Amino acid sequence: MSESKLNVSEKEIVVPGEILATGMSYLPSYGTYRQGQNILASRTGLMRIEGKVLKIIPVSGLYLPKRGDVIIGKVVDVNFSGWSVNTNSAYVAMLSIKDASSDFIPKGADLTRFFGIGDYILTKITNVTSQNLVDLTMKGPGLKKLVSGRIVKVNSNKVPRIIGKQGSMVSMIKNSTGCNIIVGQNGLIWVKGSPKDEILAVKAINKIEKESHFSGLTERIKKFIDTYKR
Amino acid sequence: MDYALKDHIKEYLKNDIRYDKRKFDEFRETSIETGVVKNAEGSARVRIGETEVIVGVKFELGEPYPDLQDEGTMSVNVELLAMSSPEFEPGPPGIQAIEMARVVDRGIRESKVIDTKKLCIRKGELVWMINIDICTINDAGNLLDASGIGALAALLDAKFPVEKNGKIDYKKKTSKKLGITKQPLPITVIKINDKFIVDPIHEEELVLESRLTVTTTEDGKICALQKGGDLPLSLDDISKMIDIALAKSKEIRKLFKVIK
Repeated sequence: MSESKLNVSEKEIVVPGEILATGMSYLPSYGTYRQGQNILASRTGLMRIEGKVLKIIPVSGLYLPKRGDVIIGKVVDVNFSGWSVNTNSAYVAMLSIKDASSDFIPKGADLTRFFGIGDYILTKITNVTSQNLVDLTMKGPGLKKLVSGRIVKVNSNKVPRIIGKQGSMVSMIKNSTGCNIIVGQNGLIWVKGSPKDEILAVKAINKIEKESHFSGLTERIKKFIDTYKR
Repeated sequence: MDYALKDHIKEYLKNDIRYDKRKFDEFRETSIETGVVKNAEGSARVRIGETEVIVGVKFELGEPYPDLQDEGTMSVNVELLAMSSPEFEPGPPGIQAIEMARVVDRGIRESKVIDTKKLCIRKGELVWMINIDICTINDAGNLLDASGIGALAALLDAKFPVEKNGKIDYKKKTSKKLGITKQPLPITVIKINDKFIVDPIHEEELVLESRLTVTTTEDGKICALQKGGDLPLSLDDISKMIDIALAKSKEIRKLFKVIK
């Protein structure tokens, strides 16, 4: 067996198609794939090397559905057996009747009574098949239809920054603006409060998205909100 | 129509706040750049907030129309690129693209800003044909105003190419310009819940009740009007909207001083 070689270092920025390593002693993980002897990048982002495992933390690109993610989706179609939901990714997800409600839904019931076209729902991904068919469920704590309020779209890779460590950022925005905020892993954020508060929260969220690479971000945003309020 | 969004925006308007906290008669940050396309005789890039359009002006030679033997021609084409919005699809132009092209065209044509008689080279045989092509780069609302501003800026930027024996050498440009003296600018005013708003963002465009595009020249003359939306407008509404458009067009016109 030939010798293995690593071409990149930790925290280096890589682009799709870049050869990260050659040889069989490294393993591809999220954002990377194997092609013959080589491991290549499939996303733009920061390199993470954990022992033999090569991983990319994406800095851009569309959301990729992952099992267990709680997302905000938009209902785009009502079928006989359920709803089609836009997930802000390349793949449309399916919410079937049996996962839609804990109540019994009889055959032939008017499904728009539950969710109509254009409704936003907080939902959870139960399964993503190898063919990228996405299944959703509404059974779970807090999963519901999102009534009124407004939706903000952000880069889904910045969602961890918006939530902050143990939710520190999002709870700070909630407390200082008095808005109700729900962050979906797919980059859609639901904000509800009085019009003025909502605008402030939206501006804070957009600021986080823009300045996510600065250190002491929570302090910066808190300062921003305080000066804005005055 | 998205009624949930409409109710939400109405709630804002009841509190005299817009969806992005602008004033009702406030434009987003607007910028004009000219000479952005090398292969066009005149070009401009207009940004209104995150909305962006690129406009190119091309000169061609051709035969005049039989009923206007000594006049050149002008046409406007709008391409709503699928890249600029998830709502646009590739293919032949749809209702929105045709409407935009016609409103921009009407503004330029009816203001008589281009002297078509001067575009005649040999009567009945050879005239200049001007094509104004508008491409949308990003749609964040108010594409129509951006297109109108862009079309005018590109016309101001345009220089005739060298013409010899009925053929054009596109590689060489003369210093001769179109000689544009007037500045027709379209300003769209929309009405939601009895409030008049300029420069709508995409969300406001989705829920508008009625809209009026007013194209005016700097001396306050109206050269084109276009009404859209589902609900009617009263005479009083229209005169209010025209007043707003006149005031706003003065503001936008200041941006053009940099170009000349």
